[in-house]
Amino acid sequence: MEQKKNDGILKWVLIIIAAFFLFIMVIMPLGMVVAGSFAMGFKYYIASITDKYTLKALSLTLRATIASVICTSVFGLMAAWAVTRYSFPGKKIIKSIIDIPVTISPVICGMIFLLLFGRQGFIYPLLDKVGIDVIFAVPGIIIVTVFVTLPMVFREIVPVLEARGTEEEEAAAMMGASGWTIFTKITFPSIKWPFIYGMILSASRAMGEFGAVSVISGHLRGLTNTLPLHVEILFNEFNTTEAFAVASILVMLSIALLILRLVLQYVSKRKISRMQKATA
Amino acid sequence: MERSTSKKIIPGFGLTFGITVAILGLLVILPLSYIVIYTLKLSPKEFFGVIFTRRVLTSFWISISTAFIAMLINTVMGILIAFVLVRYDFPGKKLMDGLIEIPFALPTAVAGISLTALYRENGALGRFFHHFGIPVAYSRFGIVIALTFVSIPYVIRSVQPVLQNLDPSIEEAASSMGASRFKTFRKVIFPEIEPAVFSGAALAFGRCLGEYGSVVFIAGNMPYKTEIVPLIIMSKLQEFSYSEASAIAFVMLIISFLILMISNIVASHNIKIKGGVS
Repeated sequence: MEQKKNDGILKWVLIIIAAFFLFIMVIMPLGMVVAGSFAMGFKYYIASITDKYTLKALSLTLRATIASVICTSVFGLMAAWAVTRYSFPGKKIIKSIIDIPVTISPVICGMIFLLLFGRQGFIYPLLDKVGIDVIFAVPGIIIVTVFVTLPMVFREIVPVLEARGTEEEEAAAMMGASGWTIFTKITFPSIKWPFIYGMILSASRAMGEFGAVSVISGHLRGLTNTLPLHVEILFNEFNTTEAFAVASILVMLSIALLILRLVLQYVSKRKISRMQKATA
Repeated sequence: MERSTSKKIIPGFGLTFGITVAILGLLVILPLSYIVIYTLKLSPKEFFGVIFTRRVLTSFWISISTAFIAMLINTVMGILIAFVLVRYDFPGKKLMDGLIEIPFALPTAVAGISLTALYRENGALGRFFHHFGIPVAYSRFGIVIALTFVSIPYVIRSVQPVLQNLDPSIEEAASSMGASRFKTFRKVIFPEIEPAVFSGAALAFGRCLGEYGSVVFIAGNMPYKTEIVPLIIMSKLQEFSYSEASAIAFVMLIISFLILMISNIVASHNIKIKGGVS
């Protein structure tokens, strides 16, 4: 009896500590964005988020995000297929190389492309002749964003494919099915949910990427600004309210993606448990 | 492709393997090798001349110490929160579970400006600390706050599934045999979740070392005081001292690969206890 009572007290003490920590560390920063955005009234807020530069930055952020999602999807499917459906030497090395973009500092991610495409890189003379600007321009922003999100889909679908094994695909291949048929009829249906999950993760990372694009952008206002860079400029110019207003667009987008992700997790978990019930 | 060795029955190896290697080569290996090329341009003497300056060494110390403290905070809080989420039922539990994802979902620059505004001298939380004469924004304390924010989910997410699979009856047995709550935790629960705690903490530490977006606003970026390594790389790049920047980045890469290696060794050492992450 005594023990039970103590457990009840302990339970609530632990819950309150956890809730307090998350309140200070997570809820207050979110609340700060809301409070900061509306510090000068609703009209000012609307004016800031429909500002010409804000809309331009939003458009670049969306373009870079779409490019990233497409690249990580195509690369993720190809690489996951190669790595899980066949055995070949050097597989482990390839897997760890694929992980590099998410393990190194964003600043270093941006820096390697600055070195490669910049004035001192060996590709520069070629680019100069053709007249393409990569560094301090839109293509550079898109390339680094694609780089930092490259492994996202791969990392989500590989564990599922590895757990599934290759028997079904091998059987289909023996019966003469083409690679495309095997992929669309057997492989893809089983990785559909983690595939979409990976796409959402990459969209959310691409949208908010800051360090890497910061190195590569050169901060040309209106030309090479993504939303996070625009937030930085406004904040450093002491336009705090506008900075928070622009940040609130990012918050809304990222929370929408987060909710989508949680719903997806819930739906796929329920599907799995239903399947397990059906087989049991 | 038609060579039907026993291991390559499924078609498509040439295509998928080729594209994978081509993309990796162009987008990852080629650019990354540039750091090595740039660093090799420096003679050993020049290289050590760049690294062993007081400013660079101080920034490494600041980066490593603040990342370590943030990791410790999140290890303790991570175990606690994972335990609360797995073991207890209470209103708002689902919300708490979702909130943990916010630091991963929120763009780092947004976290940076909002933490800065909160912890400034006149900010909602900064005022409280200022009352006691502790400056948070534009100090190392501020860096720790930002790093703690971005690495909240790691330990929780790696401990949660392990704790879920743990049989609560073992704990009940321990406590019915008269072990105190604390002793049960230390002797029964902790050994089971230790590998997961360790790998989560290593991931958090790695993330903190490289973090830039959330720190740049709150740190104030004063050399010798609040300048972390990614910031020093950034300022070298802005001065066009590319070889110095790549030398510092090179050391940074070695440190992060060492962390990865150590955590892999520890993970394989503890392979008998595997946390099934869904």
